[in-house]
Amino acid sequence: MTSRTALIDTKGWIFLAALAVFCLAVPLLNLGVAEGSGLHLPTYLVSLFGKYLAFALLALSLDLVWGYCGILSLGHGAFFGLGGYAMGMYLMRQIGPRGVYGNPVLPDFMVFLNYKELPWYWLGFDNFAFAALMVLAVPGLLAFVFGWLAFRSRVTGVYLSIITQAMTFALMLAFFRNDMGLGGNNGLTDFKDILGFPVQAQGTRVALFVATGIALALGYLVARFMTVSAYGKILIAVRDAEPRTRFLGYRPEHYKTLAFTVSAMMAGVAGALYVPQVGIINPGEFAPTNSIEAVIWVAVGGRGTLVGAALGAVIVNYAKTVLTGAMPDAWLFALGALFVVVTLFLPKGIVGSLIERFGGRRARAKLPPEPAIAPKLAEEGQG
Amino acid sequence: MIRILLLSLLLGLAAPALAQDAGPADAYARLASDSYGDIEAGIAGLAASGEPRAGAVLAALADGRLLYRPADRALFIKQGGGLVDARTGAPAQGDGLKPVRANNKIRRALDAAQGQLNLASPDPGKRREAADAVFKARDPVALPALDAALGRESDAGVKRALAAARAAVLLAKPGTPEADRLAALPAIQARGDGDAIAILRGLAAGDPSEAVKAAAARGIQAVETRLAVAAAAQNVWYGISLGSVLLLAAIGLAITFGVMGIINMAHGEMVMLGAYTTYLVQDAIRTHAPGLFDWSLAISIPCAFLVAGAVGVAIERGIIRFLYGRPLETLLATFGVSLILQQSVRSIFGPTNREVGSPAFMSGSFDFAGLAITWGRMWIVLFALGVFLGLLFVLRKTSFGLKTRAVTQNRRMAAAMGIRTPWVDAMTFGLGSGIAGIAGVALSQIDNVSPNLGQGYIIDSFLVVVFGGVGNLWGTLVAALTLGVANKLFEPYFGAVLAKIALLIFIILFIQKRPRGLFALKGRAVES
Repeated sequence: MTSRTALIDTKGWIFLAALAVFCLAVPLLNLGVAEGSGLHLPTYLVSLFGKYLAFALLALSLDLVWGYCGILSLGHGAFFGLGGYAMGMYLMRQIGPRGVYGNPVLPDFMVFLNYKELPWYWLGFDNFAFAALMVLAVPGLLAFVFGWLAFRSRVTGVYLSIITQAMTFALMLAFFRNDMGLGGNNGLTDFKDILGFPVQAQGTRVALFVATGIALALGYLVARFMTVSAYGKILIAVRDAEPRTRFLGYRPEHYKTLAFTVSAMMAGVAGALYVPQVGIINPGEFAPTNSIEAVIWVAVGGRGTLVGAALGAVIVNYAKTVLTGAMPDAWLFALGALFVVVTLFLPKGIVGSLIERFGGRRARAKLPPEPAIAPKLAEEGQG
Repeated sequence: MIRILLLSLLLGLAAPALAQDAGPADAYARLASDSYGDIEAGIAGLAASGEPRAGAVLAALADGRLLYRPADRALFIKQGGGLVDARTGAPAQGDGLKPVRANNKIRRALDAAQGQLNLASPDPGKRREAADAVFKARDPVALPALDAALGRESDAGVKRALAAARAAVLLAKPGTPEADRLAALPAIQARGDGDAIAILRGLAAGDPSEAVKAAAARGIQAVETRLAVAAAAQNVWYGISLGSVLLLAAIGLAITFGVMGIINMAHGEMVMLGAYTTYLVQDAIRTHAPGLFDWSLAISIPCAFLVAGAVGVAIERGIIRFLYGRPLETLLATFGVSLILQQSVRSIFGPTNREVGSPAFMSGSFDFAGLAITWGRMWIVLFALGVFLGLLFVLRKTSFGLKTRAVTQNRRMAAAMGIRTPWVDAMTFGLGSGIAGIAGVALSQIDNVSPNLGQGYIIDSFLVVVFGGVGNLWGTLVAALTLGVANKLFEPYFGAVLAKIALLIFIILFIQKRPRGLFALKGRAVES
């Protein structure tokens, strides 16, 4: 623990290199190879891969809090969704008079719902810089308030997981309401332009894909920087023995709140990059199952490895694409089995197991057993 | 409106006179006419006469079966294939008969007259209905009949209804002296519903007397207060009903999560399995023993307990026992199980809702202190409480419950005392799951039986258990009822969805304040 850990270690270099190759190869195969050629990559696959990378960033953000801080958030989909909605609002404002109703200011669904003017929280979203700021600020603020309250009161473990789930559930119910002014059930869709470029165009899609790749790399570096710094050491100490860290004079809630907030911002960015590539954002993104699914990506890849989380997201989502196409009924069986098998037989995930086998002494990614919540019984002495 | 007033004026003057002076013979004679005015007078006279055959005659007129012979003004009723004499009911012959005609005015008069006749019915329910009909019609013609009915009425509820009807008639009748109008107000007020408010509003606005106006205004206020209280009581009842559903869904979790500390995300699917078991049991009963249908729920309860309990034991033995001490991993693994169970049911039964019928005793409703309470909801509330008490009994008074508590408090000590801890673990988890299955039987009555049934309850269930205090069954009961009632009391102000969101936020904040729930355990166990 005395020597300073390198910002980018072996698996980090491998990851960044692989990501760079991927981000170069996909545009090349899409734009550089003629359409008829066997090597040509169809544009829809570019967007699909971009979606995987956005999910990888979400998984990375989740690993930052779960792997390094012991916070199993079952509500990261909420931050992802909020970032997505911020981006969606920007994209809606870019439609301008090209909507079905041709209203220059109000999006179609508002015209449909008889809105007379733009609600106040839509103001400013025609400006990309403002929207980009909101992509970070809204999830960040929610996470900060939520985390500050929860960590200060020492809500940990399962309780925290359950209230994060309640949070995303409450948001889902709220966003389903038409009165929310955010498209209700249908969400935001029918986007036209981003920064003046048509969203559907091949070039824009490739650019969005590359931007997602860069965001993922930056997210990795931020998370890695946080976890190898002195701050990160305390974070891990909090994860492993929170009361002991507190007795040593640290304030665990500060460390946890910071990690939670940064992680939520990363999730927000992932959501913002996801929306223009899939072309829609709706309240379904807040569904608690989505957030839990993101947890399994991290678990499959390897909790507390960052690289593993990103890898897990890509692998599981690729499997989802293949399976839901080939055998729609089988996907939930496979996903369910994945949850069971990984927790029972692969507790360290793919990358964690690889490190254990090949990494030697240097990279001990040992995860401590989680503290059990004491089994208890309350019958005695009460009513 | 004016016409009706005129009509009541006319009848109000004419009818008592008829009833007293002319008697039934004259009424019959007037009915046998082709003049609508005569028929109407005849109807009123007959209704006030107290003739035993009046009901049959008026019913025949309403159905168009009443005939008359213009020659001697004799009345006949078409019955079966033949004729009977209207006055005696004896079989009769006749020719040259014409039907007694009816128009809308006649039909209205008929309704009022039949209402009056029902005032003398031996069935208190019918008498009450009749009184209410008179209350709504406010036809002064009914006054003598009302007075007579009031004199002989013994049922307190019907008496109140009659008094309210009489008061309404008096108030509607022009020329009632001020003192009588004032005296009539309390009876209206005692009725205490929207109709009463409507009458009082009319008086407060348009009565010539200031005293009556003021009294009516006071009355409106009193009735409105009472209505508000009644609405609140209704909401509380809905809340208790919702709370009992929450209790049913959460109570199994109070065992697996609360007592054992296992995060079972497949808990909702146990509920779903219970509901599907009910469906299968009903299906089997429909094909093999339709006579047992009313017993189908009773038969489903043990079946659902066994099915869900067996699946629970399998999950515990197959997965959870390897994960003790790792609650977050347990959460993920059981979530995986829930996905598999959902998809299995979807593959076997299809994604659409399955029809689960309600036995006869679950349908209908009854009136309790002005609240309309459906039997279905009532049974679910009672059932939830029964399950709760049964579970409490098992945990506190049986040897199995003692072992469960011993193992969860101190596993190694319990093992040293010779308790087979793995067996107790499996059985306790099976018990919690089985209870979830039983909950599914009840929830199949009020929710859609689909593969997604359980998903809707899982978050609520966890929140109830956490809110009540983990490991505390009484806390679960209090939490479920509190959340249910609070939800329904918020609903009128915020709407259903916002009320739900408000509650979720409330619980999130509440957990910050009291991280261990309403009834937290004290002592060392908490910190470990």
